[in-house]
Amino acid sequence: MKVELLWWDGCPSHPETLEDLKRVLREEGVEADVDLVEVESDDQAHRERFPGSPTVRIDGEDVVPPKEAEPFSLTCRIYRLRDGRISPTPDPEDLREAVRRINADR
Amino acid sequence: MQIGEQAPTFSLPDTDGQEHGPDGVTVVVFTCNHCPYALGWHERLLQVARDYDDVTFLAVNPNDAERYPTDSFDAMKERVQADGGWPHPYLRDESQEVARAYGAKTTPDVFVLDADGRLRYRGAPDSDHRDAGQRASWLREALEAVREGEAPARAETTPVGCSVKWK
Repeated sequence: MKVELLWWDGCPSHPETLEDLKRVLREEGVEADVDLVEVESDDQAHRERFPGSPTVRIDGEDVVPPKEAEPFSLTCRIYRLRDGRISPTPDPEDLREAVRRINADR
Repeated sequence: MQIGEQAPTFSLPDTDGQEHGPDGVTVVVFTCNHCPYALGWHERLLQVARDYDDVTFLAVNPNDAERYPTDSFDAMKERVQADGGWPHPYLRDESQEVARAYGAKTTPDVFVLDADGRLRYRGAPDSDHRDAGQRASWLREALEAVREGEAPARAETTPVGCSVKWK
């Protein structure tokens, strides 16, 4: 399983996401390293199809797919927790659901 | 800008085109439309403005709107209108001069000035952008002290949020 965390240093949220991601992988019994990819320019954001920081991809699939109109840029992503609150990081249960689904499809 | 220093004065337009600046005890919050931290704290800050109507409360958006169109002056006006108005003005810092003069780092970044215009608190509204129960408690503590002419016990905290988007 290829797990990537794409981040930009204009948002302080990726360490928390990395922690959540590692915990979920451990709890789900998935042995995978997390590749950290720093996005540093608008050009790179377009190349990487980066909708904002943090973005978690598993086997190339965004665990919380952005809206189609979402531009690729150096920005902070706005997530919604499952209780509806705005968050700079994905809900850990969304990470877990994606890990389970993609793992089961392999 | 250090705690106790004279804060820069300014005059910026709000979403109705009226100019505003510090006046008496004042809260200056650098904020924006697109940052999840600013959005997470937004309702708490509105409530502070409602609860302290003897305090001048100024929200200032300094972000580069060319690269971040959701922070344009038009987008700011649309947001306030969609909300049916805010209890405090939402100011546009197009030149970013005010944000630079204050040394704003993030959205949000909160500054509390006393009646003489000196900086008395700088930092985050409270300790957790996700916990509405925090009620912007650090900002409230600072305002309680400053309104009594005292120095806040907690004068400085680390601002937390998205970086200001400089041009």
